[in-house]
Amino acid sequence: MSSSAAGLLFIGSLLVALALCYRPLGDYMFRVYTGAGHSRIELMLYRLVGVRPDGEQRWGVYARSVLAFSAVSILFLYGLQRVQNHLFLSLGMKPVEPALAWNTAVSFVTNTNWQAYSGEAAMGHVVQTAGLAVQNFVSAAVGMAVAIALVRGLARGRSGTLGNFWVDLVRGTVRILLPIAFVAALVLVAGGAIQTFGDHFTWATLTGGEQTFTPAAAASQEAIKDLGTNGGGIFNANSAHPFENPTSWTNWVTIFLLLVIATSLPRTFGRMVGDDRQGYAIVSVMAIIAIISIGLTNWAELSASGTVPQAIGQAMEGRESRFGVSNSGMFASATTLTSTGSVNSFHDSYTALGGGMLIFNMLLGEVAPGGVGAGLYGILILAVITVFVAGLMVGRTPEYLGKKIGPREIKLASLYFLVTPVLVLIGTAVAMATAAGRSAMLNTGPHGLSEILYAYTSASNNNGSAFAGVSANTTFHNVTLGLCMIFGRFLPIVLVLALTGSLAGQAPVPASAGTLPTHRPQFVGLLVGVTVILVALTFLPALALGPLAEGLL
Amino acid sequence: MDRMPGWARQHLAALRALLVLTVVTGVLYPAAATGVAQALFHGKADGSLVDKDGKTVGSAIIGQSFTDQEGAPVRSYFQSRPSAAGDGYDLLSTAASNLGPEDVVDTLAVPGAPDEGRQSLLTRVCARSKAVGELEGVSGARPYCTPDGVGAVLKVFPAVGAPVRAVSVNQSCPATPFVTAYQGVGVECGRPGEDYSAGRTVPVRGGVTRVEVPADAVTASGSGLDPHISIAYAELQAPRVARERGLVRAEVEALIRRHTTGRALGFMGEPAVNVLQLNLALDKG
Repeated sequence: MSSSAAGLLFIGSLLVALALCYRPLGDYMFRVYTGAGHSRIELMLYRLVGVRPDGEQRWGVYARSVLAFSAVSILFLYGLQRVQNHLFLSLGMKPVEPALAWNTAVSFVTNTNWQAYSGEAAMGHVVQTAGLAVQNFVSAAVGMAVAIALVRGLARGRSGTLGNFWVDLVRGTVRILLPIAFVAALVLVAGGAIQTFGDHFTWATLTGGEQTFTPAAAASQEAIKDLGTNGGGIFNANSAHPFENPTSWTNWVTIFLLLVIATSLPRTFGRMVGDDRQGYAIVSVMAIIAIISIGLTNWAELSASGTVPQAIGQAMEGRESRFGVSNSGMFASATTLTSTGSVNSFHDSYTALGGGMLIFNMLLGEVAPGGVGAGLYGILILAVITVFVAGLMVGRTPEYLGKKIGPREIKLASLYFLVTPVLVLIGTAVAMATAAGRSAMLNTGPHGLSEILYAYTSASNNNGSAFAGVSANTTFHNVTLGLCMIFGRFLPIVLVLALTGSLAGQAPVPASAGTLPTHRPQFVGLLVGVTVILVALTFLPALALGPLAEGLL
Repeated sequence: MDRMPGWARQHLAALRALLVLTVVTGVLYPAAATGVAQALFHGKADGSLVDKDGKTVGSAIIGQSFTDQEGAPVRSYFQSRPSAAGDGYDLLSTAASNLGPEDVVDTLAVPGAPDEGRQSLLTRVCARSKAVGELEGVSGARPYCTPDGVGAVLKVFPAVGAPVRAVSVNQSCPATPFVTAYQGVGVECGRPGEDYSAGRTVPVRGGVTRVEVPADAVTASGSGLDPHISIAYAELQAPRVARERGLVRAEVEALIRRHTTGRALGFMGEPAVNVLQLNLALDKG
């Protein structure tokens, strides 16, 4: 079989597997978030936390709970890194420097998992498993909770409340993420991923060199890192490292994991609003954008355009032999279409247009299918903007799922959309305008700009992957990228919840002859168009100076 | 607790929630995963270590360098891919090169200066191709590479308009430039220390049509620990290894096939040869 035929089968089999999971997993998550009963373990957890699980929250309380939980998480994770030399199982690692510890704490709490450190050189067992991996779970659960709250706001009539954050957090973690991650971890170990709390030891190689074993609970962390669309690898080489992603089939499994929740959540959404067709419409939008993007990236990489790829004959720099070019490109697409940011090949060495597609994926706001939860609320906001645009065309007050999109709603949705461009463009501009910012570039010319643009895009969209040549472990970048991650995560969340509050307070209006149906191909096409055009208009100038200049000149 | 202000109550609940979930997902989960993994897949969970004469010599899924003290390839062993992890295959600093597709201009080393200059990705590829070609007795020529193994790149001045000066920037003087003239202008060799950044970069493809050194032999992997090479690279090395060890070539070819992992399920990934296991099999005889 030729490489490109095998690559197509690889992509096709993933799509089929995800389609098969859409209904069962979506329905399961529907039951998780709408079920009235609490298990005995959960009741014990609520008692330990000190909250009443049946108390409903208004949007302000829900938002403050999210922010309080995240603030405490950042402080805890910062502290853990600063004292890690005093902890047991720390593998002799030193305390992490303050700016780097701040950046890393923010990075993991915001589901970004930007890594300015090298895992095997900086973090011991305790920080990895009880600090970073915990945030892999709970930051994912927070994203899902916010998405579910938004869906409740759309589904409920004049209730004003959106559920209970603590219940959503605990259920998402315990009933969804934990069981899947546990099974996935064992599957990865079966493939060869390591899972040990041992110590470093050294051996002599066949020709008398020296290698040191780097112990880690890699499989358990790899599983949740992908399932929760986090992306923070236990090792610097991330999913390219054979101890994290040892075979071509574990590669398939990790890509599946990082897509499966985000692609199934539209089903949960459809069930909750009482119309499965709405879920199919949303997942179709995600699929259309994703398939086009995956196709373009694969084409760019397989065509190996650019001077060095032409000299090599194949875009193999930064790729592992067992994965090859096509499967590496699929992973790269999946990791940037979601908010994952783990890598099995190094994007800095991608062809200009292939790398540009990866930046574009993130600039789409990661909605196809996006991070767990974050992707769903992102695309629902774009759906709100789309019905508004459609309403302008026909001169009617827009509505979505029976809720009127008035001035307050559209202002909140527009503000949501504006957060990312402001952070990405101002962040990149400030970095390029200052010597401290520019010094991080490894490559020169347009590719250097791409590195910086990629970094601020990745941080502001909570992706976490990088054109990894960028030397981001400087005080300037640790602080500014940290700010981008915080604002890029929590401003949108607050705006989503504010929008949710005003939607939840409305009584639904009955559909009339003038209502735009939001489950038909027409709406799917409109939403794809709005998503792509909004992003293209916003970012084309920046992309033209970076990847487009490099690829087309 | 009811007498506390609302915000304080919220943050206390948040802290308690974090601690509870830390125990569940940060202690119980990895402990249970480790317990079951160690019970079911002991060897794999510990890193798939491999022995020779009772001593650990590596991990079956981690590559290593088969070079001598000076870094020269040991001729009786199959060679791994280039690596950007530390000094090569260093598990303590896994990394890729992260150099981009248009990284084609070197900074030449100035003789006597402490700064050793910087090789572009193109020059690294060309140099590796030349070295592998010499080791295996085939041509190391590639597009965009000079015969002396650096990137074939001109800087042309002025950047816009008819050229009045052309420099082969990666060929340090007194090297002979790979072309004598560019659009009627004589080509100079590159003078270390001189700033050519204002010129227009013109990579020159050259007439090479047949490339004998495979792509994976001239590129660093993503992890820097790639345990595999392509079948093509293994077959390129087979005659040398057979000669060095006094083996029939067919025996070596059979060993290559035995240590080749095909695509999983026939379509996942690419076929690849595990270098450490192949070399161990050769040593066993």
